[in-house]
Parts: sequence; C-alpha cells; structure tokens
Amino acid sequence: MVLPGQALDVDATAAVEPTQQLCSHEVAQLLACYTTPAMAGAERRVVVEARKLEKRYRDFVAVAGIDFEIERGECFGFLGPNGAGKTSTMRMLQATSLPSGGELRVLGLDPRTQGKELRARIGVCPQSDNLDPDLPVYENLLVYGSYFPEQREITARRADELLEFVALSDKRSHAIPELSGGMKRRLVIARALINEPELLLLDEPSTGLDPQARHLIWGKLRELRARGVSMVLTTHYMDEAERLCDRLVIMDGGKILDHGTPRELVERHVGAEVFELDLGSEAASTVLDAVNLAAARTERSSDALAVFLEKRSELGEALVDHARRAGARYLLRNASLEDVFLHLTGRELDE
Amino acid sequence: MNAARATFFHGATRVAGRNLSVWRRYAAASAIGNFGEPLLYLVALGYGLGRVVPPIDGQSYAEFIAPGLVVSTVMYTATFEGTFGAYTRLATQGTFDAILATPITVPEIVAGEVLWGGLKSMFGASVVLGVITAFGLVHSWLALGVIPLGFVAGLMFYAMALCTTGLSKSYEFFNYYFTLIVAPMFLFSGVFFPLEQAPRWALAFSRVLPLTHVVQLSRGFVRGALASNLLVHAAVMLGYALAAYALAAHLLSRRLKI
Repeated sequence: MVLPGQALDVDATAAVEPTQQLCSHEVAQLLACYTTPAMAGAERRVVVEARKLEKRYRDFVAVAGIDFEIERGECFGFLGPNGAGKTSTMRMLQATSLPSGGELRVLGLDPRTQGKELRARIGVCPQSDNLDPDLPVYENLLVYGSYFPEQREITARRADELLEFVALSDKRSHAIPELSGGMKRRLVIARALINEPELLLLDEPSTGLDPQARHLIWGKLRELRARGVSMVLTTHYMDEAERLCDRLVIMDGGKILDHGTPRELVERHVGAEVFELDLGSEAASTVLDAVNLAAARTERSSDALAVFLEKRSELGEALVDHARRAGARYLLRNASLEDVFLHLTGRELDE
Repeated sequence: MNAARATFFHGATRVAGRNLSVWRRYAAASAIGNFGEPLLYLVALGYGLGRVVPPIDGQSYAEFIAPGLVVSTVMYTATFEGTFGAYTRLATQGTFDAILATPITVPEIVAGEVLWGGLKSMFGASVVLGVITAFGLVHSWLALGVIPLGFVAGLMFYAMALCTTGLSKSYEFFNYYFTLIVAPMFLFSGVFFPLEQAPRWALAFSRVLPLTHVVQLSRGFVRGALASNLLVHAAVMLGYALAAYALAAHLLSRRLKI
C-alpha cells in the first residue's frame, strides 16, 4: 500500500532531479514541505482505529472486542461468512449503530458523539440497493446530495461528473426500476461519492451481480483507490477480497481470526498449492494412503480432501501421478484466499 | 445551540424537500384525489340530503358541512400520507435507512416528514376551499384562514399517523387506525351535524377528538365569524401535535436505530 506521504516523496524527487541540480539539503527542505502535512501526527495516516470494539444486542454478541487500524488510501476488507459481524462493524463505522464497548475513532471523530460530522465526511454503499424508486436516476443523486451541507450547484456539478464516472450519463432520466442490478449498484456507488467522502464504506459491493457487472464494479473501485480514496469493504467473495483489498481481516463469530495482506494470509495458512481429491470414488482410497504416508497437511470436508503443498513440491507431483494411475478425480491448483477462509472458519456449513 | 438548531432545520427541510420533489411528479393526480371526494360528499349530502334538512343557524345544509369537508380532507390527506406513504419509505423502500447514512438524524426525518404532511395538507385544503367557493358556499375573505389552519392541522394529523406507522408491522395494521380512530373522528367531530344538540356524554367525547377543534375553527373562518374559544381550540391542536411529534420521534428512533 502506498501512503500519501511516501507517494509525494517519490514524485517530488522524480520531478526535481532530472531538470535541476539541487544540493542535498535543498532536496530535503523541498521534501519536508511536501511531507510535513501528511506527517503531522501519526493519527492523520490512520482513518479508522478500533480497540476492543464491541457490539451487543441484548444477549447476542455481534462483535466481540476486535482491534484494527485502517490507513489512509488503502482498501481494507472484512471477510467472513454471514453473521460474522461484518455488517455490525460497518454500521458502527458509519455511526448508525453505536458501539456497546471499546474505543472507535473514524477520521479522528468519535461516532458516539460526532455522528453527524462523521457521516458528512464518509460515503456509504449499503448492502441492499436503497435507491429512491420514486425519483429518476439524476434526481436520486441530487436529492441525496441535498442531505449534505454542500451547496446545490456543487452537488449538481458533481452529480453530472459521477454519472459520467459510473457510465450512466445516458440513463439520467430513467426510472430506477428500469435499471439492471449492475446499473443500480453503480448508481449506489455514485451516490455514496456525492459528498466527496474521505472514506468510502462498501457493504458487499458486488453481491448478486453477474460476472460482467462485478468486473465493471471492481474496475471502478480500483479507479477510486488509485485516486487515493480510502475504502473499507465487506465481502464473502474471496476473489473480490483478493483483487481489491490491500489488507484484510477474516472474521467469524464476531472475532477477528487473522489479518494481513491476501498473500501473507495465503502463505501463512495454506502454502502455495492445493491438491484436491474427490473422495466420492473407490479409486481415491489408494491416493489417500499415499497422502497419509507422506504426513502432509490436509483438511477434509464430507466429500473432498485438500492437501496443502509448497510451490511445485515433489509430493504434489507424486500425488498427481498416483491419482492419474488410480483413475481418481483430482485437481492441483494455486492456493487462494478461499482456502485460508475455509481453513479458519471451517469447511462445513454450521447453520 | 443556534448552530444545532440551524442544522436541525436544514435536515428537516431537506427531508420535506425530498417528498416535495417526488410529489411534484404526480401533483395532478394528488389534486384530483383532494378534489374528488369532498365534491362527492358535498353533492350527495349537501345538495341531496340537504333538501330535507332544515337550515342550521341560518345556513343551508351544504353551507353547514362545507367547512368541515375542507378540514376532513386535511385529516385524510395527512393520515394517508403519514401511514401508507411514510410506511413505504420506512419499511418497503428503505428511504429512511438511506437518509440515515447521511448527516441527517431520526428526529430531523420525523420533523421533515411532519412538515411535509403539513404542506401537502395545506395544498389539499386550498383545493377544497376552491371547490366550496365555486359552489358559492363562502361569504368571507376570512375563509383564507383555512389554508394556514390546514397546515397546522396537517402537522398534527401527520404526526399522529406517524405514531401508528412507528408501531406498524404491515400495511394491514393501518385498518385499526382508520376504522377505530379516523372514521369515528370523521363522523363525530361536528362535520355533519351540530354537536350542540348531542347528548352531554357525546359532546364530552367529541371534545377529545382533535378534528372537532379543527372543524370549529374552520367553520368560524368560512362563516367570517371567528370561533369563540379560538385559543382553546388552537391550544388543543398544538398539544396534540407536539405530543404526537414526540411520540413519533421516539417510536421511529426505536425502529430505525438498532
């Protein structure tokens, strides 16, 4: 992840060095005036800070004392199965639900007492499309923008730009029910950006969309990240988390199970490759023996076995060889976040 | 404190403004609704039944019921919007949820909704005032007073309806409110017969009904002779409006904040 301060360091040096000869202290001075605002206090780099954050509903604990920090400019993910506490956490970040315990700071503000100021500076893209069906596309942005303290003309100009950004300019006077699921989601994202938020909260941004629509959404979100918008997203799609998140936490049962970059998590918990064996057929049993003999790290679900392997390991080749000769169904593939997720939250559905 | 009041006012007007921009899209249909029903009552009762009803206080029966029809339109406009309309925004469309992700708060939503109820009712009152004027049932400029009266009564009836919405789990629930509260109020608040001739207990009952007080004020304006006890009637209306606003804000806060 690139922090604003670092990005400026590089830019400033690159812009200055080829054209002018500056002595080192002058460069240092120049850099200092670029970097000072960003350095003024570590808290300016941190957009969200949570300590022992808790949310209880009567006797149900939705979020059980979690710690995390989100830095400016990064895309931070909450990954977890349904009921993990992701949405409860998001609602606390946007101050529509107050913490039951612990400390929370968002953009340096306390959601308990400064919810109004906080919501003026963030953008929220909710899980369900709660666009205003009584209003056409463009008015949806205008009216939503009117809920913020900005001037009407500024909102109108931004609404035009945002429709352009999410490729809906030609739909500006369409009714909401006429839009496809993907268009609605893009409009929700545009709506969340109407107040030029410093932090964008996205609750399952691509759930329920077809592959084309998902890729379009991801493209837009990457564009926003490149512009330096800090983002927090929840998802239960591993590919989404892998593509978008600089760092993420995996949650289950209201707790954080682990955190890191997608690559760190995969390496730490799974390895490089996964050999998957279909246990449905007779032929699988001889391969199973070979696996047991090798004392490899495995994980079993009701009808399949996953063997975690190093990159291009001998064991992997041997297992493929075995399986091919026995006529068993198998798959050798790269390890993914999905394996980490299943490893940490369990392979079976416990509902 | 002043800044807080300014942002509260800003929030409330934006919520009302949202409803106004939606309403502008179907204002004609809305006006037909306001205009049609009282017209039917006026013709069927005022001129149909009215032929066999002796004059009341020197007024024809149509003249007698006209001011009540103006404000019963206000009651129905505010009540429909505050139940079915607001419930749709609360539970079906997620409109309030979307608004709450912005700086606007629940009390501001409630205030904005109520303000909107007042505006829409005021529009309804103006339409019906036009109708009864066209029928030659208005004899004084004071009748214009029913327009601000419609606004205040609209605030009150809307806030009351919003309390029902705050308790409701489905559209069906509104049947209780309409059957047990709104319809009796329509019939027993002195719109169709003079309360002075009712038995003492019935008179006492009717005084509890907020519409009774609105009808008295409306009748005074349309006749051109201000109602006696003007301040009492106004105080009852304001009392109902404030209590209902407070209760609605409480119920909707509970409903929207988890």
